[in-house]
Amino acid sequence: MTTLFTILFDGVAYGMLLFVLACGLAVTLGLMNFVNLAHGAFAMAGGYVCAVLVNQSGWPFAAALPLAFVASALLGAVLERSLYRHLYSRGHLDQVLFSIGLVFMSVAAVDYIMGSSRIFIKLPAALEGQIDFFGVGIGRYRLMIIVICGLLTAALQLVLARTRFGSRLRAAVDDPRAASGLGINVPQVFALTFAFGCGLAGLGGALSAEILGLDPYFPLKFMIYFLIVVTVGGSSSITGPFLASLLLGIGDVAGKYYLPKLGPFVIYTIMIVILIWRPNGLFGRTATR
Amino acid sequence: MDGQAEIGHFARLPARWRWSEAAFWILALSCAFLFPSRYLIMTDIVRLALFALSLDLILGYAGIVSLGHAAFFGVGAYGAGLLALHGLVTEPVVALVAAGLAAAMLGFLTSFLVIRGVDLTRLMVTLGIALLLEALAERFSDITGGTDGLQGIEMQPILGLFAFDMFGKTGFFYCLAVLFLLFLLARRIVHSPFGLSLRAIRNNPLRAAAIGIPVNRRLIAVYTLAAFYAGIAGALFTQTTALASLDVFSFERSADLMLVLVIGGTGYLYGGLIGAVVFRMLQEVFSSITPQYWQFWIGLVLVVIVLAGRERLHRWALWAPGLISRRVAGRNATMAASGGKRR
Repeated sequence: MTTLFTILFDGVAYGMLLFVLACGLAVTLGLMNFVNLAHGAFAMAGGYVCAVLVNQSGWPFAAALPLAFVASALLGAVLERSLYRHLYSRGHLDQVLFSIGLVFMSVAAVDYIMGSSRIFIKLPAALEGQIDFFGVGIGRYRLMIIVICGLLTAALQLVLARTRFGSRLRAAVDDPRAASGLGINVPQVFALTFAFGCGLAGLGGALSAEILGLDPYFPLKFMIYFLIVVTVGGSSSITGPFLASLLLGIGDVAGKYYLPKLGPFVIYTIMIVILIWRPNGLFGRTATR
Repeated sequence: MDGQAEIGHFARLPARWRWSEAAFWILALSCAFLFPSRYLIMTDIVRLALFALSLDLILGYAGIVSLGHAAFFGVGAYGAGLLALHGLVTEPVVALVAAGLAAAMLGFLTSFLVIRGVDLTRLMVTLGIALLLEALAERFSDITGGTDGLQGIEMQPILGLFAFDMFGKTGFFYCLAVLFLLFLLARRIVHSPFGLSLRAIRNNPLRAAAIGIPVNRRLIAVYTLAAFYAGIAGALFTQTTALASLDVFSFERSADLMLVLVIGGTGYLYGGLIGAVVFRMLQEVFSSITPQYWQFWIGLVLVVIVLAGRERLHRWALWAPGLISRRVAGRNATMAASGGKRR
């Protein structure tokens, strides 16, 4: 029974992490209909920024996390303004090629600057070890991830549903022409959203160094996971990708525990079956526009 | 000339052989005698060209964007490797066809998944299938050799006559012959009414369906055919290098393939062939500058190509040859290059 709880707990932490990593992609891919395979590169950038700050400059982990967010968001904003925005109107093939190119460049560049081995971020002592909760060992670090990601998710939902910016974004996505006719600066809204999504990915990358492992091949290794979250979750709301990432996280952890030999086989099969069964995702509403 | 005959005339126009095409193949053959010390890399280029030709069939002619074309390459590679390793089919040509058919079988089965859904779903499904096969190959390591790959493959002489030599001379001529034969077949197919209907589907599936083209059946057919081609390319890989490892399924292989085709241009069959030559040369140059980090430059090339616009780049690339061929052949000779493109 306790193993079951541990698996559930680890799975939820993993899923929450995946959600923070992928929810930026849910906006670009799901809402703006831009196939951005390079999303993991922004996560990797955040992770490395955090690692350099903590390991080499001696910053506290808690202070380095926001900077990982800021660095990735800035990188995202710069790239969006300079490169991405030219490709919004192009076909999917061009977008795929472009973002694969970016992935290759980021992998080689990080390999060149930081070396190809896996990197670890020194954690403060307060985050290491486990706390005993009615006989179930709960990792402190994972608990922190659940708290941070849960708060972020709630905040995102609030921002999207309740604020002026949220309604502008939803309007811009639903019908860019009508939205700009109403005086909404659509490119600006997209750029801000893109940068914010990249920032979240960077934060996720910094948090995931401990759990997923951080090396130059991060964008390639986890690309499929981010894509699964978005395509399976559908694009109609933020809840879909959230549930999808929880499912994926729990499924992956449970699969690795109970069927270690099958490896990622289970996840890929489930994804293909779901996509065949419901091409717009489990929680999707309409086809991509 | 009445209307019907005129339409037929223009439909057949791009199908005619041109002197530039003959020159291309003579040049390819003469490479064998010009660079006798470079057989291995030339064999590599020919294999890649065949693989790219396969992607061109579905991407350039049917408009299916695939991120997992390496799946069929891998099935062909492991198929040929297993046949040779266990001595089931020792004759390379028969084994080649058998491996190709195995890949075609997989292509046929998965095509039903691919024709469902929009672009994004297709991307995910093709990518997922390639990853699935890679995971399977790793899981059943007693058959595939796991991460070590298949080792100790010994190839018998081709048709019982030509033994593979250590310089790769036989391998090169073998690959080139296979490429040429399959190219002829592909050329025949894309200029047939079947090929024309594929282009109609690529340009507008809805209208194609409205004029009575069975869209799904055509897509299944061409996807299966492309899988066959990719399987053959994979089998050639195993037969000429005598090894097959897990990286035949890798995502990088599918991604590189897209770059090859994009460099050469889609939808006129020679794109993959030219792209393969340029890609390998670029790779050589980049890895001589920065051995470990050549991927960076490959990525940069991709980004630049997309930002500059693929169509525009090909117009520039075709400017000089077009000028020459107009001088020589007089009128409309450049139709060869622009015939397959979107108008």
